[in-house]
Amino acid sequence: MLKKKLATLLAVTMVAASIVGCGGSNGNSAETNNATDTTDESESPAADDSESPAADDSESPAADDSESPADDSASSGGTIKVGIINNDPSESGYRTANDADLKATFSAENGYDASFAYSMKNDEQINAAQKFIQDGVDYLLISAADTSGWDTVLQDAKDNGIHVILFDRTIDASEDLYDASIVSDMAKEGQMAVDWLTEQGLDTYNIIHIQGVMGSAAQVGRTGALQDAVDANDNWNIVVQQTAEWNAEKAQQIVQSVIDSGEEFNVIYAENDDMAKGAVAALDAANISHGVGKDVIIMGFDTNKWALEELLAGNWNYDGQCNPFQSSYISNVIQELEAGNTLSEKTIIMDEKGFDAETITQEDVDTYGI
Amino acid sequence: MSKTNNETSFFKKLVGQQFFIPILVLLVLVVFNLIADPSFFKIAFGTNNAGNPVLSGSLITILDNGSELAILAIGMTLVTAASGGQDISVGAAVAIAGSTLLRVLCGSNSRPDELQAPIIVAFLVSVVVAMLFGAFNGVLVAYFKIQPMIATLILYTAGRSIAAWINNNELPIVPGETFTYFGGFIPGIPIPTPVFIAIACIIIIALVLKFTNLGLYTQAVGINESASKLNGLNPALIKVASFVILGVCVAVVGLIKVSRISTINYSVVAKDIEMDAILAVALGGNSLAGGKFNMAASIIGAYIIQFLTTTLYKYKVPADALPAYKAVVVIILVVISSPTVKDWFSNLTKKLKVKEVA
Amino acid sequence: MKDGSVLEMRNIHKSFPGVKALQGVDFTLRKGEIHALMGENGAGKSTLIKVLTGVYGKDEGEVSLEGKGAISIHSPQEAQKVGISTVFQEISLCPNLSVAENMFIGRTDGMYQNWKKVNSETEKILKSMDIPATATQQLGSCSVAVQQMIAIARAVDTNCKVLVLDEPTSSLDEQEVEKLFKVMRDLRAKGVGIVFVTHFLDQVYAVCDRITVMRDGQLVGEYEIKDLPRPMLVSKMLGKEMDDMSDIHGEFQTYKPEKGVAPVFEAKGLVSDAGIKPFDFHINKGEVNGFTGLLGSGRSECVRAIFGADRVTGGKIKVKGKEAKISKPIDAMKNGIAYLPEERKVDGIIGDLSVRENIILAQQVLRGFFKPFSKAKQYEIADEYIKLLSIKTASADTPIKSLSGGNQQKAIVARWLFTHPDYLILDEPTRGIDVGTKVDIQKLVLKLASEGMSVTFISSELDEMLRTCSRLVVMRDRKMVGELSGEDLNQNKVMSTIAGGDK
Repeated sequence: MLKKKLATLLAVTMVAASIVGCGGSNGNSAETNNATDTTDESESPAADDSESPAADDSESPAADDSESPADDSASSGGTIKVGIINNDPSESGYRTANDADLKATFSAENGYDASFAYSMKNDEQINAAQKFIQDGVDYLLISAADTSGWDTVLQDAKDNGIHVILFDRTIDASEDLYDASIVSDMAKEGQMAVDWLTEQGLDTYNIIHIQGVMGSAAQVGRTGALQDAVDANDNWNIVVQQTAEWNAEKAQQIVQSVIDSGEEFNVIYAENDDMAKGAVAALDAANISHGVGKDVIIMGFDTNKWALEELLAGNWNYDGQCNPFQSSYISNVIQELEAGNTLSEKTIIMDEKGFDAETITQEDVDTYGI
Repeated sequence: MSKTNNETSFFKKLVGQQFFIPILVLLVLVVFNLIADPSFFKIAFGTNNAGNPVLSGSLITILDNGSELAILAIGMTLVTAASGGQDISVGAAVAIAGSTLLRVLCGSNSRPDELQAPIIVAFLVSVVVAMLFGAFNGVLVAYFKIQPMIATLILYTAGRSIAAWINNNELPIVPGETFTYFGGFIPGIPIPTPVFIAIACIIIIALVLKFTNLGLYTQAVGINESASKLNGLNPALIKVASFVILGVCVAVVGLIKVSRISTINYSVVAKDIEMDAILAVALGGNSLAGGKFNMAASIIGAYIIQFLTTTLYKYKVPADALPAYKAVVVIILVVISSPTVKDWFSNLTKKLKVKEVA
Repeated sequence: MKDGSVLEMRNIHKSFPGVKALQGVDFTLRKGEIHALMGENGAGKSTLIKVLTGVYGKDEGEVSLEGKGAISIHSPQEAQKVGISTVFQEISLCPNLSVAENMFIGRTDGMYQNWKKVNSETEKILKSMDIPATATQQLGSCSVAVQQMIAIARAVDTNCKVLVLDEPTSSLDEQEVEKLFKVMRDLRAKGVGIVFVTHFLDQVYAVCDRITVMRDGQLVGEYEIKDLPRPMLVSKMLGKEMDDMSDIHGEFQTYKPEKGVAPVFEAKGLVSDAGIKPFDFHINKGEVNGFTGLLGSGRSECVRAIFGADRVTGGKIKVKGKEAKISKPIDAMKNGIAYLPEERKVDGIIGDLSVRENIILAQQVLRGFFKPFSKAKQYEIADEYIKLLSIKTASADTPIKSLSGGNQQKAIVARWLFTHPDYLILDEPTRGIDVGTKVDIQKLVLKLASEGMSVTFISSELDEMLRTCSRLVVMRDRKMVGELSGEDLNQNKVMSTIAGGDK
């Protein structure tokens, strides 16, 4: 009963969110989407379709994107030179969307002169950073492959008066060495998902928990919340907790193995969409129904477009966002710094949503799908 | 007396056989599962979500998921035999082949409503692409005399980026049911299609080995390149050919892998599969230094690895601990096949024989 | 315990699967003597030495050193520690290390090494033994002979009581052999007992004091050198009265070629990238000719150029009067040419493959990729040739590498005979194999020629060539310097042509 009520409530708020989102008001869609989401008001997101289909901008950064750069170039009389060091776009769909978003924002039209360097190896990234410093960039944007080894190069940047903004990933270095760090809160993502799951009000939760690469920030965050819930509730059981290392086929084998052994389960909590997909493939082969109102609840993360489509079709139940659209936050920070203001917070946590199959719309798919 | 002699010599022969170790490992796994949970061997008949009849059970899972490895083991065995080294780029090459397949099937649109090209055409294109990359490795090894592991390190490093580049970093999804048959079930047939694909590949390679000199040539080149040349063979060509054949295997595996989920994840598809393929060759008792090989033993080795994997999954061993278990298997294998242990064994049998006589 | 013996081996037994390699062999080595260990290939010499040096464990028997009771040796390192050093036929040094590193590798006491000292000590040793190499030179850049000398220097450098030389001379020329003998005599004078294994009878009589003869894994006997003249030694080794080897020529009729027929093979200005000067050459149907010259004179390079084994860079070729192009071995094979290479292990056998596969290989390649012989046919062929050439093997499926050298060689000969060539090139077919097989191969050559096959025969043993060839091409310094036939085919004339005195 409770479940149904909540679902209706969610449906209403979701629709509202998407409408106000397009309208550009300061409505907090993420907050309405999930009761436990405690979002910093100033960072509240609102999708801006006109800017870029990928942009998940709050009102003010969106405005910055379209207008301020022009002001800025007028005031400083030139473009802002940024050097962007990122992981390779082929790493994942997340990274691809992330890279596309950065490219769209830091374009010449927006008053930026951006250079990109890609590597999934820390030392190559550090070399690239050194090269950018020599090139005399104004801003260095880094998504570090590894957390350590950055101190020297960041000190160099500081000595050369270059601002450093970290995005997506943090590093183990003194806070003095960078100006801002824009990250996702993986634990919050997990918490949102678990809260959603709690709201489903099942009698017993028999969960197949498919983890990402052990030790990765996403895995730790997303596992933590579920583990806490399992420990806290007697009717929450883990049937199997296995890492499939972000790999669909491995997830398929893990679920297949559970099916083969005949154990009961009614929830699949997969820490990314690929693994959820693999799990569903195993269910399909065994004629186990899944999705809205079916036997097994399917949960995924990362809001891949195809995954949201599965939600829309009712084949999956929940998908948590890991926001790849940091560029608006970054450009916001840059504008603040260019204007000579100091930032109130060094670490900026991005807003992220969780989608419910019963309330998701085609618009959500188009807006948030990566 | 003569009977005892026969028995010991039979036992000796058995131990001396190349199949002995893989079969022994298989037996250990089977016995372990029988004792721990006989339901492991249960095969159930049911229907899948599309309403088609399917068989399910751990054994079916092993046959199903072991297919890719068995197919790769075929190519890896030939490469190992001819070049005396291993191709570590097969995982990345599978990503490339799979990506090519998707690219042709989906065209430039990553979400097409219908197939942009017949599956057979897409598959053939991916076969050609995989063969070209195989030839690239082969040429580096055969003509530039680079060690296979080093030569294939290039594609191992770059392959997944190339795969992503083929589809402009997008992750296309193949529409329609038909494409899922290759990694799933054909309606009406309760056995997973990859099993049939693997059987087809095994039959083909068996026929090739029987009706051509592929086996003799690759072994001759692997054992003594210089002598092979003086017998009229072209060692470089044969090495390249082995890599190209591995390329065909890679394309077939790419088809199955992509079909299983109708899409691809460049960074993890067929991840570390090269190590399993190499392990399959070694598990089959083949020398990784090249030369003589036994194809059947390699293929059995591949299924044993899958048997081990499935068993470990069943007992919920964390997936990231699997390599450690495989490492244990490798260590045991290497130790068993070492001359010291073999000597010890032969001494033991001799002692037993002496006792019997007394 | 006999007086002055430094090493005694008693009742040694050793079996391998299917083979009793040693059956109750005794062997005694005295202090300060050079003791030849003789026997055909497969007689058990190598096994005995490997047991002695710890490469193989023995099944039964005991080894004692200097009368101090039985010792057991488990590895070559242990052997070296107790004073038994070995130089094997195949050089077992590291070609990519320096001479000094090779001399001292594996015998340093601690982790640290004073390389300066090592180098200067190495220089001293090299000088004392008259070896033309420097300490810091990379070993691979030395000639095979020099490498062999270095291997010996390494072996005798330690507190060596017993030195085992397993066919150390097979790749050395006469001067180098003389140098080696000098070293051996010096060592003998210092009281070292030397076990000398060789196929060269001359060398045995030149330097040895005593001879132990083995046959079929058993001891035949131990003799003072003066009590055992050559013919007796050979008959002891063979276990039968010796064939009159000088007379084999008479057993076969010389092939009478038809008049006006073009040579089977003819080359004009043939030259390859192996460093030989362009040469002209021809061979008629049913003729046996040979290339002779000192080691390194280019005789092997000539036949390799004919077969296309090295890259041919110029020259015109006619096969049976028709122009032909031979740029790689398969071309030559298609033109009916067969080539048994000089280095059996490196270029000849495919070690891990069976005798059967080794025999059919060349013909199989000629037949083509898509036409393999059936298994049944393969066995038929293999069995036929095993019988024809009396190859001693457990079965057609035995890996060829487990055969003795002579039988490996026969299998390779079988491989080429099976291609039914018009022209057979045999480069050192008799090197490193036992006397019995040598005679077999010489007889075979003459038999084939009498049936119309053309054969080019190369051997470092001149008398072998004089017995078999009707024409000799003489090489010096990679150049063809003469051709001898008829009356001129005698030892003196050949020697003087090689030396280049009379032209």
